[in-house]
Amino acid sequence: MKIRLIDIAHGRSGDKGDSANIGIIAYDDKGYELLKKYLTVDVVKKYFQGICFGEVERYEMPNIRALNFILHNALGGGGTVSLKHDAQGKTLASALLRMEIEIETEK
Amino acid sequence: MKEKIRIASGQGFWGDLLEAPYQQVTKGHIDYLVMDYLAEVTMSILQKQKKKDSNLGYARDIPDLMKRILPICVEKNIKIITNGGGVNPLSCANEVKKVAESLGIKNLKIGVVLGDDILDKIDEFLSKEIDLKNMETGESVSKIKDKLLSANVYFGSEPIVDALKQGAQIVITGRTTDTGLTLAPMIFEFGWDYKNYDLMAAGTVAGHILECGAQSTGGNFLGDWESIPNMAEIGFPIAEAYPDGEIIITKHENTGGLVSIETVSEQLVYEIGDPTNYITPECIADFTSIKLEQVGKDRVKVYNVKGKPETKFYKVSASYFDGYSAVGTLTYSWPKALTKAKAADKILRQRLELLGLKFDEIRTEFLGYNACHGPLAKEIDEDLINEVVLRVAVRGKDYKSIERFGREIAPLILTGPPGVTGFSGGRPKPSEVVAYWPALIPKSMVKPQIQIVEV
Repeated sequence: MKIRLIDIAHGRSGDKGDSANIGIIAYDDKGYELLKKYLTVDVVKKYFQGICFGEVERYEMPNIRALNFILHNALGGGGTVSLKHDAQGKTLASALLRMEIEIETEK
Repeated sequence: MKEKIRIASGQGFWGDLLEAPYQQVTKGHIDYLVMDYLAEVTMSILQKQKKKDSNLGYARDIPDLMKRILPICVEKNIKIITNGGGVNPLSCANEVKKVAESLGIKNLKIGVVLGDDILDKIDEFLSKEIDLKNMETGESVSKIKDKLLSANVYFGSEPIVDALKQGAQIVITGRTTDTGLTLAPMIFEFGWDYKNYDLMAAGTVAGHILECGAQSTGGNFLGDWESIPNMAEIGFPIAEAYPDGEIIITKHENTGGLVSIETVSEQLVYEIGDPTNYITPECIADFTSIKLEQVGKDRVKVYNVKGKPETKFYKVSASYFDGYSAVGTLTYSWPKALTKAKAADKILRQRLELLGLKFDEIRTEFLGYNACHGPLAKEIDEDLINEVVLRVAVRGKDYKSIERFGREIAPLILTGPPGVTGFSGGRPKPSEVVAYWPALIPKSMVKPQIQIVEV
């Protein structure tokens, strides 16, 4: 079954130098398990390959059912240097939430 | 000791809702009003203003705001803490003093925190082999020393606490951590021990939730944003702090917005790195320990926060001149809006090349199509696009090239694809690029100083 992340999670993104951070928060425990299982570093890195040109780090925040991703070298030089319209990566959370994942359905 | 204190956020950045601090001091009870004005880029702008006029270099919204709120704050005994002093907190305090005097206010102490500005001390540090290495690249600050525009140490809550202890009702600082503004009143009122790292972390987390204003009360909420009530009159957050480190995030009753686990969670993940190591001058807070509980309407309890001992360093935020940039935009309409915009971009780039102009980077985006999500933007049926904004940005060291780029945008209207408009703003002008230099400095190398300005 295919689901869109925006149907199970919300989030917020911002900048730290040339790195963007994307916090993705599941609406419930089941959603958090799906995020942990399917939203791996490799999946996120591949997804953002045209935007993020450095490493991707992932951190778990189980108490608030969130994953925090750091995308290095993703903002065209950082907030004050970047020529991007979205120089601070404010819209990257919604970019990640539009991802579709194929999940195994329970029988 | 007070049983609890209410600390209200009045500004999330310089340029935030002007009505917010007024609402915070009038719509219900608070003990402290904290206002964050400083973003990384702000310090260099303020440093430039100070260079032109030695009395400037602070957030100039402050005197006007004080005219409005100071009589109320004096009457209700609300203390004000702000980092809006920028690179000239003393001048800011003197302006506030003038405002107070003009309002007939007497016996007011304004605490000023000084010592964070290290722009004039770089050579001295380098001679002591403190080379302020860039935290991202590892290079010594000597590489950009001659191009530095500003250099400031992030102080924490301690100098603010000291100013409060000296009787200040208003504390004006330069570069202070956003979180320190909120933590300071808790340390001062509850007599918290700086070595109690769980308490330091609890106050730090409260500061993180408050530091971006309404971003924790329903603003910029990516969840069910359409359900946020009365955003026009959105209430800014208030941290209700208790001596044991429990914090309730709330807002005034008769305001818009929403305080829920979801709105607070979004702010918790905002601009953080490794959540187990949120580093401040006071402690290292562990954001994975935080527990949230909805304890009433627009009331979220933040508890169980754990902290570890502080590091031996202050963070330094330095900025330097790094060339010029300019941005030009043109709007293309149906039919084939995107194709036209792409063709115009190609023509523009050909002309820039034929002129032999030099740029470090040229970037093209199509607003309305891919400016936000870049390559992740979905393909669309072009016939459904009503219009597209072509946005071309350039950056480089050669001023003349950037300036000439600005003269090549308008000609596209008469010498390029049709159905184009939106050039009423004049030629794009080169602006200076200010790059950011993050570094660390041993705490022993800098000492904050407190000065009291009395009214």
